[in-house]
Amino acid sequence: MSAAPTALARIERGARRWWARLASRPTLDPVLTVALALLAAAGLVVLHGASGGNADLVAAQGFRLAVGFGAMYLLARLPPAWLRSLTPWLYAGSLVLLLLVPFFGTGRSARSWLDLGFFHLQPAELAKLTLPLALAWVLHARLLPPSFGALVACAMITALPIGLIAIQPDFGTAALVLASAAFVVFLAGMRWWQIGALVLSACLATPLLWHFYLVDYQKARILTFLDPHSDPLGSGWNIIQAEIAIGSGGLFGKGWGASTQAQLDFLPEHTTDFIFAVLAEEFGLVGVLVVLLIYAVIVGRSIHLATLARDTWGRLVAGSLALTFVVYVLVNGGMVAGLLPVVGVPMPLLSYGGTSAVTLLAGFGILMSIHAHRRSD
Amino acid sequence: MKARPIKDAAREAALFRRRAWLAFAVVLVALTVLGARFVWLQVHRHAEFELRSEENRVRLRPLAPARGLIYDRNGVLLAENVPQYRLELVPEQVGDVDSAVARLAALLDLGDDEIRRFHEERRARRRFENVPLKFLLSEEEIARFAVHRHEFPGVEVVPYLTRHYPRGELFAHVVGYVGRIDRDDRQRLDPRRYAGSTHVGKTGIERHYESRLIGIPGYERVETNAQGRALRVLSRQAPEQGEHLFLTIDARLQEAAVAAFAGQSGAAVAIDPRNGEVLALVSNPGFDPNLFVNGISRADYAALLDAVERPLFNRALSGAYEPGSTMKPFVALAGLELGAIRPETRIWSSGEFSLPGLSQVWRDWRAGGHGHVDLNEAMAQSVNTYFYQLAVQLGISRLSEQLAAFGFGAPTGIDLAGESGGVLPSREWKRRVRNQDWFPGETVLTGIGQGYWVVTPLQLAHATAILASGGVPHRPRLLRAVQGAIGGELEPVPGPPPGPRVSANPAHFEAVRRSMLAVMHGPTGTARASAHGAPYRIAGKTGTAQRVRRRDAARGAGPLPPQLRHRASFVAFAPAEAPTIAVAVVVEQAESGSRSAAPIARRILDAWLVPGAADAIIEGRYALDRPAPSVDPAGGGEAGAADDNRADDPDSDPADPADATAPAADPEERAR
Repeated sequence: MSAAPTALARIERGARRWWARLASRPTLDPVLTVALALLAAAGLVVLHGASGGNADLVAAQGFRLAVGFGAMYLLARLPPAWLRSLTPWLYAGSLVLLLLVPFFGTGRSARSWLDLGFFHLQPAELAKLTLPLALAWVLHARLLPPSFGALVACAMITALPIGLIAIQPDFGTAALVLASAAFVVFLAGMRWWQIGALVLSACLATPLLWHFYLVDYQKARILTFLDPHSDPLGSGWNIIQAEIAIGSGGLFGKGWGASTQAQLDFLPEHTTDFIFAVLAEEFGLVGVLVVLLIYAVIVGRSIHLATLARDTWGRLVAGSLALTFVVYVLVNGGMVAGLLPVVGVPMPLLSYGGTSAVTLLAGFGILMSIHAHRRSD
Repeated sequence: MKARPIKDAAREAALFRRRAWLAFAVVLVALTVLGARFVWLQVHRHAEFELRSEENRVRLRPLAPARGLIYDRNGVLLAENVPQYRLELVPEQVGDVDSAVARLAALLDLGDDEIRRFHEERRARRRFENVPLKFLLSEEEIARFAVHRHEFPGVEVVPYLTRHYPRGELFAHVVGYVGRIDRDDRQRLDPRRYAGSTHVGKTGIERHYESRLIGIPGYERVETNAQGRALRVLSRQAPEQGEHLFLTIDARLQEAAVAAFAGQSGAAVAIDPRNGEVLALVSNPGFDPNLFVNGISRADYAALLDAVERPLFNRALSGAYEPGSTMKPFVALAGLELGAIRPETRIWSSGEFSLPGLSQVWRDWRAGGHGHVDLNEAMAQSVNTYFYQLAVQLGISRLSEQLAAFGFGAPTGIDLAGESGGVLPSREWKRRVRNQDWFPGETVLTGIGQGYWVVTPLQLAHATAILASGGVPHRPRLLRAVQGAIGGELEPVPGPPPGPRVSANPAHFEAVRRSMLAVMHGPTGTARASAHGAPYRIAGKTGTAQRVRRRDAARGAGPLPPQLRHRASFVAFAPAEAPTIAVAVVVEQAESGSRSAAPIARRILDAWLVPGAADAIIEGRYALDRPAPSVDPAGGGEAGAADDNRADDPDSDPADPADATAPAADPEERAR
């Protein structure tokens, strides 16, 4: 009879202790977490409307987001030093996966997926995380701004995964991975004249890229971006229909689930790459601006957290992750709104799709871990 | 020894901060640009894109109205709409249209005509619009297509209403027919009114009252997806059925009239003299108008065109006939009107007539003449000399002026297209058409309805109706009433007000009526056999003209048998005292007016005036000389008939010398 209260008390005591330890341990950044959760919720709402109320689709995406938030939580609790020491292995691991893709990969236009049985993995998405980690790891021990030798080392580390992605071929992802690498060296303080020289040579290389690298469908995308009405029923279709969807949404939108452009299949890829147009159609300019504001808050907060980081590695990784994230937003938003050519880049946390949601949230986990452990390290 | 540079943590952090916030500033600018782009698209260009989104999604689908039905005066259905199935293609959804059509041709019974017409129509429509390929699908074809349905995306079996004429040939020349809208039609029709329609009235009533029959198309606003498939109807504006027409025609009278012709080629028109309502309008032979509704095959069309009887030709409206002696009552009236004769004026018929200073001789049909005849006898025996002399006395100018009042030489204005005006001989006409002077000798023949005369059966009936009504010209008309909806109120269509009275003196009409009664009921009347046994009194006049067709002669055809040598005509009205029907009959290959045309007219009059007669005529149980109380005091009908056998007009005998002076009897030749 007397055992029960003691048992209860013991459980209660254990719970208190567990809660106290949890509270004292480094944890999630509240601003960033709330903003990301809002965005994910908004994503599910829009997806529900865009898919015509397809509950299975929404549930699948909800599961992936849950996995992503789980990964974010776990990574946030890992000491960054541990992650930093693992960096060479993570980089090597993603290179191996990228090497496997040409032999075991699957995919429609480009072979970029690995079928792991329970999960379709896109190694290029992993590279978006591991490459900045590796570059930060290289630059961490050196003097900043980086010397020419350090830049050459960075270039070599970058070239390997980019090359492997480019031969898949996956132009969009390669460009984004390249951007994530560029952000590391930019934030590391690469000199302006070096940046200028690099940009200039990139411009000079563009014609070569056009002739020797780009495949016909990619050239067509760029050409139709320049003049979508040259082929309104073919490759210009997406651009025109996306503009119609956005423009017809007006100030307040047609209402949730009332996007005729998506429901009636005028707008292709309306649950994935073009979901932002559906948002614009159903929720109008107000919805668009609210979501853009959330993105801005996420980026601003992330950069703020990055500047608070204690060491070079942490700063560079955090800054690069934040900027890569916003590049997704700008490239996808620009594409949907007809400002950029059609590139297969999802809208972060809005587009239906697993790998990008998980890796993005994992990236924020790392960012939070860097911030949370800035003193205990 | 050079000192190794030491990491300056504070400086590196500051460098990072500068770079990071610089990048954030750039990001904010980029996000602002993106936001501005959305403002531009969603606020500034909202109206434009909203419209394009609606255009994307909403399509107007026209709904063809059901065509108004056509009834006779008693509500007998003459034109109806029956459900049928047709095959339609949506080129946009079909993809390779030529291949699909080729495969469909292998599956169904597709003619070259249908394929040609399909391509023609396809060019006139937009890619996402339905284009009909084959009409009137049979049950078997529908079943065969259903099996292969999956091989033909964008091809559908669509129910529709097609026009059907239950009485077929009987009303082909009155009701006419509808046909597929062709290129010419498309140019003249309002595309909004015909958006969903495939057919339009081509001839007859169907053509003349097209705007009443067609109705008002409706439309559906349909939501379609990107593939063009209709998902749901957003709103619907129902089409309005066209008006139902009730004609003045009596279907049983029409049928009896056709039966009375017994297969002979010719025309008959019956008019109610009190109001101009056309009771029957026959052009024999007719044709099956149903053949034309969904596109007639080339073979069928060629057969109709090549037939010697010319079934497509509307004789009642545009047949060009020489009136012959049927013109005599009108000439007589002109004489009375102008005071040239009085009913009791007697004229000596010697058998020959000549003008001073002319060697030409015009003859009576009875050698040796008829002796002294007054108006009654002149009409009853069809004495040419009486009318030769009267015409000369009046002179061509006064004569044609008087006869113009009866509508000769001009279309009657009936509500049907394709009516001819005929020829009323006059100085002006000859000057205008032939650029020749009028010769006095020509006046002589004009007096007996020969020479340049051309009339249509409709004109003849119209003139007879004026005579019957005592000089009140009512324009012939076919539309009696319209009905907005089935079961709705019948709305009478008033005829136009009658024209100016032809004569002010009823006594003159009375005199002519009496003379025409003598034709039918007098002891010497040329058509007394046809009045035998009639329970009412008939005023009538026969006419016979020789058929000399150059075409026949050129073909080297031998002399025709006597019963086919003449063109017979007959005009009458009855009951003579208070006429309710006026009729004109023309038979193309006949023996004589009295033997061939009068019996047909008598049947038409009986069908209208004697209860039960119409059915008897239609069923072939009718006998003209059935025992009946005779109003004819004179000798047996048989004797009269034998008399008639010798014909009543001078040109009835080809050997008659007068023939040489008569112009070619083929009115078509002369009309040019």
